[in-house]
Amino acid sequence: MSVKTLTPPAVQLAAKADTRGPARPMPKPGMVTFRINGESKTLSIAPWTTLLDALREYANLTGTKKGCDHGQCGACTVLVNGTRINSCLTLAVMHDDHEITTIEGLANEGGLHPLQTAFINHDAFQCGYCTPGQICSAVGLMNEGQAKTEADVRELMSGNICRCGAYPHIVDAVMEAIKK
Amino acid sequence: MTYIGQPVKRVDGYDKVTGKAKYAAEFNVPGLTYGYVVSGTIAKGKITRIDSSRALAVPGVIQVFTHENRPHTAWFDINYKDLDAPPGSPFRPLHDAQIKYSGQPVALVVAETFEVARYAASLVVVEYNEEAHETSLEANLDEARDPKSGMADLLKPKPPKPRGHADKALAAAPVSVQTHHVHGPQHHNPMEMFGTTVVYDGEQKKGKPHFTIYDKTQGAPSSQLYVKQIFGFSSDQVRVISPYVGGGFGSGLRPQYQLFLAVMAAKELKRSVRVTLTRQQMFTFGHRPETVQDVALGASADGTITALKHRAVGATSQFEDYTEVVVNWSGMLYDVPDTTLEYQITPLDLYSPLDMRAPGGVTGDHAIETAMDALAYELKMDPVELRLKNYSEKDWTVGDKPYSSKELRECFRQGAERFGWENRNPEPRATKRGNVLVGWGMATGIWDANTLPARAEAVLTVNGKLRVSSATADIGTGTYTIMTQIAADTLGMPIDDVIFKLGDTDMPLAPFQGGSFTAATIGSAVKQVCTDLGKKLFKLAQKSKGSPFYDADYDEVRFADGHMRLKKDPSVTMPLIDMVALNGGRSVSETSTSIVNPLKTSNYSRHTHSAAFVEVEVDEDLGTVTVTRAVSAIAAGRILNPRTARSQIIGGMVWGISSALQEDSKMDHRYGRFMNHNLAEYHVPVNADIHDLDVIFVEEHDEIVNPLGVKGLGEIGLVAMPAAIANAVWHATGKRIYDLPITLDRVLY
Ligand code: FES
Ligand code: FES
Repeated sequence: MSVKTLTPPAVQLAAKADTRGPARPMPKPGMVTFRINGESKTLSIAPWTTLLDALREYANLTGTKKGCDHGQCGACTVLVNGTRINSCLTLAVMHDDHEITTIEGLANEGGLHPLQTAFINHDAFQCGYCTPGQICSAVGLMNEGQAKTEADVRELMSGNICRCGAYPHIVDAVMEAIKK
Repeated sequence: MTYIGQPVKRVDGYDKVTGKAKYAAEFNVPGLTYGYVVSGTIAKGKITRIDSSRALAVPGVIQVFTHENRPHTAWFDINYKDLDAPPGSPFRPLHDAQIKYSGQPVALVVAETFEVARYAASLVVVEYNEEAHETSLEANLDEARDPKSGMADLLKPKPPKPRGHADKALAAAPVSVQTHHVHGPQHHNPMEMFGTTVVYDGEQKKGKPHFTIYDKTQGAPSSQLYVKQIFGFSSDQVRVISPYVGGGFGSGLRPQYQLFLAVMAAKELKRSVRVTLTRQQMFTFGHRPETVQDVALGASADGTITALKHRAVGATSQFEDYTEVVVNWSGMLYDVPDTTLEYQITPLDLYSPLDMRAPGGVTGDHAIETAMDALAYELKMDPVELRLKNYSEKDWTVGDKPYSSKELRECFRQGAERFGWENRNPEPRATKRGNVLVGWGMATGIWDANTLPARAEAVLTVNGKLRVSSATADIGTGTYTIMTQIAADTLGMPIDDVIFKLGDTDMPLAPFQGGSFTAATIGSAVKQVCTDLGKKLFKLAQKSKGSPFYDADYDEVRFADGHMRLKKDPSVTMPLIDMVALNGGRSVSETSTSIVNPLKTSNYSRHTHSAAFVEVEVDEDLGTVTVTRAVSAIAAGRILNPRTARSQIIGGMVWGISSALQEDSKMDHRYGRFMNHNLAEYHVPVNADIHDLDVIFVEEHDEIVNPLGVKGLGEIGLVAMPAAIANAVWHATGKRIYDLPITLDRVLY
């Protein structure tokens, strides 16, 4: 038995002729200065660079993760002026002068941030790849001050996917930090 | 102090919560270049023209590799076979103009920055001669055939020959059920996308280039072997390192095409290259295959099953015979005299499927265990009762061998008690909570408990610490932590003085991480090498001048608190650090291989078991299903670390919920392409989808499987969940939905 295959029109079009003209001129790198984790940092970055790639590839801060590059997973969550955002959905040049906090900036001389400690104590991760995003998201959540119950935490942490399925332990860790 | 069995916190926890843990695409080196993959857009045919000129004209682009200018690589199929390759002819990236599946890599653009590579990739023009493709399993079921035999059969045995006359017995049975199941394909989608950073170290020995490769893999040795064979490197030219892996679930069992492309480019350009796939490209290699199954069960009125038939057909690619163990489990769970188990595959124009968490097991278990639920209802028997009535004491599928241990009865008892199963009303549609229907369901789970050979090294360092290593992986399972515990206990050292390292081909050889065998396999190697190092230390101490151990035998000493002591007189003692001095101030090291005794193990069937109990709420107006609570009772031998073990089982249960209710790679057969190839449309649970999950580890002693009595936990938390959820949905609604996932359209219509 065989299924009749229709030739996809889009493919046919693309195959026929390329009408897109010559390559566009390259965007020129410019200087962007942010405060990352309390330190002023100036990077030479082309305007089409996302904040996520600026952190990972230009500032060598690889603690912030890329799980989709499309705002669908939350792995890239950082704090900009205290608010949690998906750093893959914003361009670095839009954050001139902004205060950016990444996972590398949460601990201080006094030791780990209470959420970091809670994540270890509750084993709130397995592979650890979503973890920086989860923790930054939880810090943002606490700044928002709107989560009171476990149900709130589940709902308001749902922008951060954990494929390892550590959710119950993530809720435990965040609840512990909220109660403190 | 003993650490085994204690809820020791993850030794890699600090690195993971501070962002210090580095994954494959995070090793930054000066002069790094970036590769971006161009994916093909047709499912079958030939590339007729490929034009890279506009991409090459972009400032910052270094090269565009296609099948036309690809550097020479090995000629024979065998060179492309990785350690997990099924029988067949492995896919070769950029090999020729042939297109074998949609999303096939057709070009690699290498540029000075990621942004330039990404942009230039959009300028590569590819023209095709398209041919008709077949991507629908259901439309091609009559093409199903027996899979070819190969090495894969060792870990994935074919079904046993039929025994008795299942058809006759079925016809004669007073009570019977027949079920038909279709499972869609699924993609692993670990959070970390596949990436490889190849560092070009320049020319080293005899003018030969050297590469340090950071790869996302479940087995660094497998990646090393793969590139050695294809590019003709010797072992001292490539070192593969993979300290952290952002999830695997099977996707890293085979080297993926970004490894090939990154190494090819680095070798050719003499530059360091990073290639990372996009989330869309994560749907262009390996998946859990679509599978169609039929189950028939016949029973006498007292609930004794008299006939069992289970047939499965799975999809594979046109180039490899990927197989799974789907139907054998039914025979292991239920020892029915008249049984037929059949498994076949149908080749389609897709990439080869790839083991995905509990491959085959979770597929087959859902079929047999939902059929069992239907049978229980026909018999007016409690589902647990029916399973106890037909409890298998031996495994006929491997020649009537007893189980090395099987505490499944305890799983039923403890799981049911914790869940409150005795309060279940057997009638469906009988319980409402507000405007939602409530249902309870249960199912049995089973998975393998294998232990493979492996090597490990142990070193007593000059400052008296213990460093143990093996080239295994930790994909999040807790390998770092449990190996540290085993090493600390074996040589009686404080855990803070012990470090375990993995994921590096400079370390002793280990199999890839998978199949739930790592804890047992590497655990055995670590125990072995630490024991052997202990013997070496004993000899050093004994030989020393005026040794208090001069007259002692090795059996008469024990290691505790960082000391070696005489058992009969613990005041006779020597700190381990002194042995370094006895060794002339040098560290003391030992490398060992652990092999389980086949004479001991092969007489037994070795498995883990589980019982899952689930409550669902079904909103019939909206078609939504919520798993409100679930209990998994697990019998998996000795639990090395209840903290990481619980996380593994909870993770498996979340996967069960995902598999039952959400995950489905949707194919548009007109294009032969997965449509929902992103994390917004490929649904996996988020935090709000997960409610009360409870785990019980049932005591289980097993002296057969390996000296540690460990069985592994990677898959068993998942296996029983989809069936238990489907059974609960029936109990809530009275509707049997045998296909997965149980999405709202299936609930509503
Ligand atoms: S990488 Fe930004 S949301 Fe996924
Ligand atoms: S810990 Fe692995 S994805 Fe969350």
